[in-house]
Amino acid sequence: MNATTRAPEVLLEARKLTRRFGGLVANQDIDVTLERGMIHVLLGPNGAGKSTCINMLSGDLPPSEGEIRYLGQDITRLTAAQRSQVGIGRSYQRTNIFPQFTVLENVRLAAQSRRQQPWRIFSKAMEAKWALEKAHACIEEAGLGKRTDWVSGVLSHGEQRQLEIAMVLATDAQVLLLDEPLAGMGSEESANMVQVLKRLRQTRGILLVEHDMDAVFAVADRITVMVNGQLLECGPPAQIKASVAVQQAYLGTEDSLHV
Amino acid sequence: MNTHVSLILKLIAVIAIACVPLSGESFYVELVAKMLLMAIFAMSLDLLVGFTGLVSFGHAAYFGIAAYSVALFSANFGQMSLWVLLPAAILLSALAALVIGFFAIRTKGIYFIMVTLAFAQMAYFVFHDTPVGGGSDGMFLDARPSTAIGSWVPFDLDNELHMFYFALAMMLLVYAFLQRVLQSPFGRVLMGIKSNEHRMQSLGYYTFGYKLAAFSLAGGLGGVAGFLYAVLFGYVTPELLSWHESGNVLLMVILGGMGSLVGAVMGAFVFEAMREFFADITKYWQLLMGSVIVALVLFMPGGLTAIPGRIKRALQGGAAK
Repeated sequence: MNATTRAPEVLLEARKLTRRFGGLVANQDIDVTLERGMIHVLLGPNGAGKSTCINMLSGDLPPSEGEIRYLGQDITRLTAAQRSQVGIGRSYQRTNIFPQFTVLENVRLAAQSRRQQPWRIFSKAMEAKWALEKAHACIEEAGLGKRTDWVSGVLSHGEQRQLEIAMVLATDAQVLLLDEPLAGMGSEESANMVQVLKRLRQTRGILLVEHDMDAVFAVADRITVMVNGQLLECGPPAQIKASVAVQQAYLGTEDSLHV
Repeated sequence: MNTHVSLILKLIAVIAIACVPLSGESFYVELVAKMLLMAIFAMSLDLLVGFTGLVSFGHAAYFGIAAYSVALFSANFGQMSLWVLLPAAILLSALAALVIGFFAIRTKGIYFIMVTLAFAQMAYFVFHDTPVGGGSDGMFLDARPSTAIGSWVPFDLDNELHMFYFALAMMLLVYAFLQRVLQSPFGRVLMGIKSNEHRMQSLGYYTFGYKLAAFSLAGGLGGVAGFLYAVLFGYVTPELLSWHESGNVLLMVILGGMGSLVGAVMGAFVFEAMREFFADITKYWQLLMGSVIVALVLFMPGGLTAIPGRIKRALQGGAAK
């Protein structure tokens, strides 16, 4: 890999993101930078504002102040659908799929979103080979190949998380915003997912909200720690691990870091 | 159900319907023709309710607008060609749906139901309280549209049998059309919206446009039904647009089983049959009809189309024990 010799390509850059809900400041002056080939983890206790942050980046929530750039372009005012079209995909903290549809149809719909031709009402969706091929490839990439024809609602929790990844991949997303992809997973499922994430990192940028400390330190290239809606510290895992401020503010004691 | 079995059953049903005129009874021919056009109406609403997740409670507006355009065009321009009048009626209904949908689709859930109802009531009062369409009396059709293409006259809508088969052909056409639409990428997006609209947006779909297109399409197809009604009965009244009719067609869809075109057709047939049957035995028929519908909805969630599956499950459950 000559990736180290190239200057890192900045995919997503947020400056001074602020979100207020009435009098509550859920996010204040948050800066986030995401580069290609990197897994950036958002860390923080419950209520720290991680989901608010990811919702602003994905367009689900308009920021009160601040600016978001994707490949240098201002996308602060774009809707969620528009951000998906430029290359930002996301998964949700609570599984968000089409439970009545098969795995294939979930991912095929995601693929179809890249070439929408709504006026072609007499063509058959299942005859669009490119979308089917894309769906199959993404299902494989997310490690769900054995479940292609299953109704997605009956999959295990972990498999549904994998399905969400496959759907995001099918949209050709360059930036993956993943909200707790490991939540509720068993250790084996979790280990699988870590492998998937590492593989995906090679060609994309991943922003991760995660609580599983082992997984965080196994995959993170950079960690941003948030507390009470504010940015506490940002740096490589070693720096975060050693940070006194992080230990005091977030973890209370050194023991609870589990590392 | 096995696709071959279901195809054969459908074919038998169509043949049975096509044989109705053999009875020689005008009453039945007209009744079944009405069922056929109501089936079109129900299918058009099912596109919204059953496939897109938009519960419109004002669908009679598009039915009525097409019916009135038949009467008004004929009153102003004399006998018109079917090949002009039908597309014009469909277009006007679709256009009305486009305008109403543009506002209604910004709302969700109960608000969407109320807004579609409010718009439909506005349309109702336009025909009921203004002289545009003869007020509350409605108006008679001066002449049914002509089917002539040049000097060739393929069929005659004044002829009861021709009218019946025209309605049957239109019903099959609308069924085939919707079947095709639902298999298209467009149709798949509608189903995705029904399942999880938020997810569709985060996948990059501008769902507003899709929903508006579906709403307008459903309005246009509802217009086909309204057109057939006006031509079949030869008169139109404001009651065609009233909320009773919007409620009736919604009941047909629910009765048949939402999200199934065959269900919508069955719902329309059963609903109209019950209406005739109960009206025949008592003048309090609406009371009886209401009770039956409440019972059906309570004891048959999923509607008529869910029955084969329930029987099958019951049999398999019995066999397993």
